[in-house]
Amino acid sequence: MSVPRFWRKQIARYNLVGTHCKQCGEYFYPPRNMCPSCRREGEIEDFKFSGQGEVVTYTVIHAAAEGFEGQTPYVLAIVQLEEGPRLTTQIVGDAKDMSIGMKVSPVFRKLGQSGDRGMIYYGTKFVPA
Amino acid sequence: METNQNGVNMSVGIVSYGAYIPRYRIKIEDIARVWGDDADILKAGLMVNEKSVPDVDEDAATIAVEAARSAVNRAGIDAQRVGAVYTGSESHPYAVKPTSTIVAEAVGATPVLTAADFEFACKAGTAAVQTCMGLVASGMIDLGLAIGSDVAQGAPGDALEYTAAAGGVAFIIGNRESELTAIIEDTYSFTTDTPDFWRREGMPYPEHGGRFTGEPGYFKHVTNAAKGLMQKINTKPDDYDYAVFHQPNGKFPSRVASMLGFSKEQIKPGLVVPRLGNTYSGSCMMGIAATLDQAKPGDRIFATAFGSGAGSDAFSITVTDKIEEIRNSAPKVEELLADPVYVDYAKYARHKGKIRLA
Repeated sequence: MSVPRFWRKQIARYNLVGTHCKQCGEYFYPPRNMCPSCRREGEIEDFKFSGQGEVVTYTVIHAAAEGFEGQTPYVLAIVQLEEGPRLTTQIVGDAKDMSIGMKVSPVFRKLGQSGDRGMIYYGTKFVPA
Repeated sequence: METNQNGVNMSVGIVSYGAYIPRYRIKIEDIARVWGDDADILKAGLMVNEKSVPDVDEDAATIAVEAARSAVNRAGIDAQRVGAVYTGSESHPYAVKPTSTIVAEAVGATPVLTAADFEFACKAGTAAVQTCMGLVASGMIDLGLAIGSDVAQGAPGDALEYTAAAGGVAFIIGNRESELTAIIEDTYSFTTDTPDFWRREGMPYPEHGGRFTGEPGYFKHVTNAAKGLMQKINTKPDDYDYAVFHQPNGKFPSRVASMLGFSKEQIKPGLVVPRLGNTYSGSCMMGIAATLDQAKPGDRIFATAFGSGAGSDAFSITVTDKIEEIRNSAPKVEELLADPVYVDYAKYARHKGKIRLA
């Protein structure tokens, strides 16, 4: 990931900041600049999610992509936040403790790094609540 | 408003505090087995039974953020009031690029604040506390966030490997009397150039002077700082309900406590090292946090940190009524120590990055 690309969405990754349409009430994560339902009538504002959510589904990664080899096996899940949006995230913990519908809460972790010389990427992962 | 002998308003203190300890632990037996050492002799000598191990995706920055968020949440602080973030660590993830900016962003304190990283072996956290005290007392900032956080390094097979642990503690320092959970009545430091422990640029593990770290390092500095503070503010060990001394192992703080005239009961709540190991920059602050977790309003705490290199920072602290209000709003040190997941040496080596992948 390029440095500017990460940095632009940094606050969203660190603090689960997304957006909310004041017109229709929908919440977006990752943040959207425009409401797909209300279009130009939409009124978008920043919104910090509570971080409480539940596991919609998950998978256990054994053959990791480059840069994640040191973490296998790890759990990748779709988590639905209590405000509605769904996001793909790592769940910290043992795969045998995971279940669909499990309540989760956010933690601040290292998401990855660009080799030994590049930037370290931080952000939100989830743990069983 | 109280003033100290320098005429500076010293009515500053801890508004809130937060701690973080990774979930994993390794037992001394598991490390000793790998290196052919006698675990019973080590455990008796060090008074440490197990130490915390960071997860594969935890470092001094993530631990600092978790501790800082815990401190912000415990007292429901508006993070925008924080005017300074200082993170003390000897394991900052970057050699150049502050940990403190990561923390400031992650707690929502940016952008109007000053920040920097501190390094002074095991006392960088308390140096950050003192800096925040000065900034707050002078009126330069409203609140200061001082953190000690480490994923301490010990070379494979080195004596340090038995104790080098991971954890962090954050204090929010302020001077509005109605907000203070604990008043820091005064602080006193004793510092000399003593090469008892160091890590050169680019080296993965620190070097130390073996037994040299004891008398000329730890004991000289801790006793001088502690005695100096008690003399300065005219107190004695009996005036305090609790005491905390830097805990690189269980033996040093126990011995220095008795040298200074503090009892085993006074140091008991803060002596978490047997189940945690040495969290370096977090070590003394962890002891203070664990003591605040159970102290009553009016209790007095005497604390002295030590950092190799070498220096000691001593603090005289009085707990206020506010403690009862905020204590249960964030995880206590005992809760963070409970329910650990034990790893063996192989898994520990993987978590600590001691196994190099191609």
